[in-house]
Amino acid sequence: MSIVLKNSKLVDGSNVDIKFGEGLIQEIGSNLSGDEVVDLKGNLVIPGLVDLHTHLREPGREDSETVATGSLAAVRGGYTAISPMANTTPVADTAGVVEQVFMLGKEAGLCDVFPIGAVTQGLEGLKLAELGAMNSSRANVRIFSDDGKCVFDPLLMRRALEYVKSFDGIIAQHAQEPRLTAGSQMNEGIISSQLGLTGWPAVAEEAIIARDILLAEHVDSRLHVCHLTTAGGVELVRAAKARGVKVTAEVTPHHLLLTDDLVVGYNAVYKVNPPLRTQKDVLALRAGLADGTIDVVATDHAPHPNEDKDCEWQVAAFGMLGLETALSVVVAAMIETNLMSWADLVDRMSLAPARIAGYANQGIGIKVGQVANLVVIDASAKWTVDRNRMASKSKNTPFHDMKLPARVLKTYFHGKLVHEMATDGSAN
Amino acid sequence: MSKLDRHLLSINDLSAAEAISILDTAFELSKVSDGPMKKLPTLRGRTIVNLFFEDSTRTRISFESAAKRLSADVINFSAKGSSVSKGESLKDTAQTLQAMGADAVIIRHGASGAAQRLADSGWISASVINAGDGTHEHPTQALLDAYTIRSKFPELKSDFAGLKVAIVGDILHSRVARSNVLLLKKLGAEVTLVSIPTLLPVGVEAWGVKVSYDFDLTIADSDVVMMLRIQSERMNESYFPTAREYSRGFGLDQSRLASLKTNAIVMHPGPMNRGLEISAESADSHQSVVLAQVANGVLVRMAVLYQLLGSN
Repeated sequence: MSIVLKNSKLVDGSNVDIKFGEGLIQEIGSNLSGDEVVDLKGNLVIPGLVDLHTHLREPGREDSETVATGSLAAVRGGYTAISPMANTTPVADTAGVVEQVFMLGKEAGLCDVFPIGAVTQGLEGLKLAELGAMNSSRANVRIFSDDGKCVFDPLLMRRALEYVKSFDGIIAQHAQEPRLTAGSQMNEGIISSQLGLTGWPAVAEEAIIARDILLAEHVDSRLHVCHLTTAGGVELVRAAKARGVKVTAEVTPHHLLLTDDLVVGYNAVYKVNPPLRTQKDVLALRAGLADGTIDVVATDHAPHPNEDKDCEWQVAAFGMLGLETALSVVVAAMIETNLMSWADLVDRMSLAPARIAGYANQGIGIKVGQVANLVVIDASAKWTVDRNRMASKSKNTPFHDMKLPARVLKTYFHGKLVHEMATDGSAN
Repeated sequence: MSKLDRHLLSINDLSAAEAISILDTAFELSKVSDGPMKKLPTLRGRTIVNLFFEDSTRTRISFESAAKRLSADVINFSAKGSSVSKGESLKDTAQTLQAMGADAVIIRHGASGAAQRLADSGWISASVINAGDGTHEHPTQALLDAYTIRSKFPELKSDFAGLKVAIVGDILHSRVARSNVLLLKKLGAEVTLVSIPTLLPVGVEAWGVKVSYDFDLTIADSDVVMMLRIQSERMNESYFPTAREYSRGFGLDQSRLASLKTNAIVMHPGPMNRGLEISAESADSHQSVVLAQVANGVLVRMAVLYQLLGSN
C-alpha cells in the first residue's frame, strides 16, 4: 500500500509529489503514481512537529488529560512527537513510571511519546532520582526536568548536570528562584501593581538562568532552559552561546503572542507559570527565536479541569493548553510578522527539538528512505479557535475565539494517517 | 443624578461625575439621617447579602446599617464556620445565593479580583459591590474618604483640584491606597505616596502620583494625611527592620502632628495600631477625622446601594 501526496508544496517553494509506503518515504518527484493518490492542490507539507515540553496528566489526573487524548491533541496540532513532563502522580522519577507512560504512548499509537524524567525524587529538590535507570529503561529517557519546580539547590543542579553526561543527557530547568517568587501570581510590573496581585519578577527567572549557565560552563554539561519569558533571559542565553556554553532554550507559543495586560479582568485562563510578560519581552523572545538564540518552540501544554480555572485568580491552577494551537500561534507571531520563514519554523518546531533530544525518526526533514512523519498544512487558512472542539480533555486555551492563521489538514505518523480535518472544519 | 452600572467593583467603574453624584446623594441622605425618620423605604423587599470571606466587623456593620436604613432585607454570610471553610468554592457559594434570590451581594474576599470574578463569571445575576478584595481595591472606602474630605473642605464642589493628599505607609498591600489613588486623581487632587521602597509596588511609577521617602518633607505641605495600617505579618517578612524603626520614619507622632498645617486633617481607615503608624495623640487630636470616616461610611454605602438598586 503506497500513498502519493500530489502537488505538495515544500518549504523551499518547490512543488513535488511525495510517495510513501511501509512507513517510509519512497520517492519524491513529479507525476508519481501509487495505490492511493491525494491531490494536495499546493498545500504545504512539512515534517512532523516535535514538542519538548508537554503535560499529559497520566498517571494521576486522567480527568484533565490522558496519554491518549494528549496524543490526539498533538497530531491535530501537527505534532508527531511529544515529551510528557514528570510532574504526574506518582512522579515520573523511576524507570517504572516512565516506561508506563512510554507504553501508553505506544498503545495510543498516534505519535511518539518520549517521557521526560524527574531530576529529583518526587520533584522535591533534595535527592537525585534514578536518572541512569530511566535512561536505560525502554523509555530511553535523555531529558530530565523537575518542571513546575526549579532545581534550586546549586550543588544538586551541578551534580545533575554532571551525572547525565555519561549518557549525553540534558537537564531542562524550570528557571524560577523560589524565594523571589513566593506567592507570585503574575508578572511583576505595572499591571500587577494595579491589580494587587503578587508579582513574579523577571529577575527570578534570570538569576537562575545565569547561575545554571555558569554551572553548565564549569562542568561542560548540557543545559536546556525551559520556557524562556524575559528579555534579560534571552540576553543571557545569547551571551552564553557566543562563548560556547552548551545551552539550548525554548519559548512557548503563548509567550510569543500574549502579554500581561490580559490579566486585567482576572480571567484565570491567562494564569500560567512562568507568567505572561510585557510587550518588550515578547519582542525580545521573537527576535531571539528568529536569530536562533532560542532554539525551539515548546508548547508547555498544560491541561486543567474547568473547576481549577473557573474560580478566583489566586486559587486557580497555572497553565494553558498548547498542542492544538501552537503552529498557528507561531505563524501569527513569527511568519505574519516577517521575522521567520516557513523553513525557519520547521527548524524551530521539528528539526531543532529532535536534534536536541536525539529523537530517532523525528525532525529529519522530507527525504527518501526516512520515516514518513508528515504534516499537511493549509497555510492560507484562517480559523477561529473553539475550546469546545478540542481533542484535549480540558478547555483551558487562552486563544478561544481568536482568529488564527494556518490549519493542520492531515498528519501522517509512520505513513499512517492519524489526523484529518473534516470538511466542516472539525477533526475526525 | 446619574445611575451606576450594575456593579461597583473598582473606582475605575466610575467617572468623576458619577463619583461626585454618589457624594451628593450621600449628603442628601445625611439630612434624612439627621431627621426624625431615619429609615427610607427605597429598598423594601430587596435582599442584600453580606458575603464576607474575611473578618471585618466594621465594614460588614457599616454595609448592614446602610442597607437596613434603606429598608432592605440583609443576610449575613460569613465564611467562618460556614460551608466555605469546608472547601466550598466561591462559585458554589455564589450559585447558592443566586438560588436564594439575592438582589445584591456585598463581597469581602482575601483574593484580589474575587469581586470581579463574581460579577463577570455568569454565576450570579445580582449586583456585586466590592467591599475589599485582597490587595486590589476597596472602592466604598475611597468614596467615604472623599466624602469626609469634602465635608472638611467645603470649597471642593465638583472636583478636588489644588488639594494635596499624602497617603502614608504600606502602599504595596493596601487596597485602600489603590482605590484612594484612583479616586483622588480622578477628582483632580495631587497625591503623594509616602513610604519605604519595600512597601511600594514595582510599577507604581505608572500610577501618576508623586512618591516620597521622607514623611517630614511631605507633611508640612499636605492638606490631608491618610495613614495606613501596618499589618503585623509584615514585621516578619523583612519589609523593614523593626516596628520601632518604621514608626520613627513613618509614624504620625506628636512632633509630626505639630508640623501639620492648621486646617489639615488626619485620616485612618481603621483599625489603628496606636503607637505604631499613629500615636494616640494624633488619633485623638482635633485634626483627626477618624470617627467621621466611620459615620460617613454608612451614608456613602447607602448612596451606593441607592444608586445601584434604587430605581428598578
